[in-house]
Amino acid sequence: MADQQARPVPFRGGGFRPVSIRGVGLAVFVTLLLLAEWGTRTGWISALTLPRPSDVVATFGELWTSGMLFKHLAPSLTRLAVGASLGVAVGVSTGILIGLFSYIRSGLVPLVAALFPIPKIALLPLFVIWFGIDEGSKYALIAFGTFTPTVVATYGAVDNVDRTLIRMGQSFGMGWFSIVRKIVLPGAMPGILSGLRISLAIAIILLVAAEMLGAEYGIGAYILEAGSLYDLERLFAGVVVLSLLGVVVSTVIGQIEKRLLGWRV
Amino acid sequence: MDLRVEGLRHAYDALPVLEGIDLDIPSGRILCLVGPSGCGKSTLLRIIGGLERPTEGKVLQVGAPPEGCLNPLTYVFQDFALLPWRTVAGNIRLGLEEHRLPPGRADEIVADVLARTNLSDFADALPKQLSGGMKQRVAIARALAVNPAVMLLDEPLSALDAQTRELLMEDLISLWTRQPFTAVYVTHNLAEAVRLGHSIAVLSRRPGRIREIVTLDKPLAERIHMDADLEAVQEHLWTMMREEARAADAELLNG
Ligand SMILES: Nc1ncnc2c1ncn2[C@@H]1O[C@H](COP(=O)(O)OP(=O)(O)OP(=O)(O)O)[C@@H](O)[C@H]1O
Ligand SMILES: [Mg+2]
Repeated sequence: MADQQARPVPFRGGGFRPVSIRGVGLAVFVTLLLLAEWGTRTGWISALTLPRPSDVVATFGELWTSGMLFKHLAPSLTRLAVGASLGVAVGVSTGILIGLFSYIRSGLVPLVAALFPIPKIALLPLFVIWFGIDEGSKYALIAFGTFTPTVVATYGAVDNVDRTLIRMGQSFGMGWFSIVRKIVLPGAMPGILSGLRISLAIAIILLVAAEMLGAEYGIGAYILEAGSLYDLERLFAGVVVLSLLGVVVSTVIGQIEKRLLGWRV
Repeated sequence: MDLRVEGLRHAYDALPVLEGIDLDIPSGRILCLVGPSGCGKSTLLRIIGGLERPTEGKVLQVGAPPEGCLNPLTYVFQDFALLPWRTVAGNIRLGLEEHRLPPGRADEIVADVLARTNLSDFADALPKQLSGGMKQRVAIARALAVNPAVMLLDEPLSALDAQTRELLMEDLISLWTRQPFTAVYVTHNLAEAVRLGHSIAVLSRRPGRIREIVTLDKPLAERIHMDADLEAVQEHLWTMMREEARAADAELLNG
């Protein structure tokens, strides 16, 4: 044995475990923007294909200094807040009821499955008739759009709550409401919050759709107007605002998760 | 308060699980239930604690639960069943929140059981920070907090490693010696049964019937690890269970 050749055991583990590395995301952003800037300046990218990033920034600055940004942002944020909280509140409650009661589950799950794939934008004329051309139809569109994904995420989350914890609650003589409040809701919270990420992104998408109809101010209205005039700088300035909104929403949910879900392993 | 199980039979659809069970659970003593896998021990415990309705027969509480008892029949589960979002103290308080206690009383009780289970330093820890043995200690503390008339333990030590199991067994014995409690203790482990049981009920394979009830007179505090008398009882239990266990095993293979 002693004179036989010794080799190290080949390493076969590792990988399959991506971690997020600081700054890489930013680097990708900056590289793409620099590429676009360089391309538009050298004429390699024509002005009709893509606006020059520096021009977009200038337009954005103008929007800011003229105060128009807030004039557009305020109604949009209101619509988003009202519509999304309505949709999320009703969605979470419905999801919990579906998760807990056999009859409600049997009755509503097929209905939700039928409603989910409907492009809510297609129902916009209907909403206008039901809720009026003013804010009502916009709230309804956003609420309806956030409702279905919230319901699906919530009842899935309730289904995943550990049943032994519920049996434990019963074995300590806890009442139904106590069990829902102290065991089911906190147990479902991780699923509800990750559903919220999707719902709120959908809400931002629907905001633009909602403002297609009779909105004087609003980020969506601003983008649509710029689009119809083929004003690419303004169009992109508006799109940037929406992107930022998405980042802010996602960051806020991340913070909530950090605070509320610190108990997760 | 004693418990009495009378003429109990239970079936899941067409599958008979328990058959003709009669048991007396006298207060202040620990009854161990042993039997081959799948013979219905957990089912019997769920029925005793009122978490499941038996097909036939009944479970009776004889006499009133003692003064200050908040939850007469209290479980300790195999997988601990701690709320991961609550601290140790919060988990222990859970069972107390259902009762209108005078202000400050709940905190007193929590501090007392934390001290009795040597957990005082961990009051603010979350379950994810605890080892398996610690988690089960918390679950035992939570059960003690409601001052149960009968503790129902379903393989409380099965998820733990051998050393932790030995330590927790000693803890249970010293808890019992200081303040005797009534318990039904389900286990696979015959060594646990002979260490903790005042009586040991052996169930046959499914449908579970009581084959024999062995009583042990030696006081709990005097039963030491690898005691010769206990080994003899354990040997006797094992001869009784061996064929049952083998048959139960074969049954599972046949579907
Ligand atoms: N809710 C249920 N529905 C249908 N069958 C069940 C249910 N619970 C248990 N059973 C069946 O009843 C039998 C007894 O189950 P039980 O869990 O009481 O056995 P056990 O003695 O505790 O087994 P183990 O030693 O594995 O814990 C098993 O065959 C099991 O498959
Ligand atoms: Mg079991």
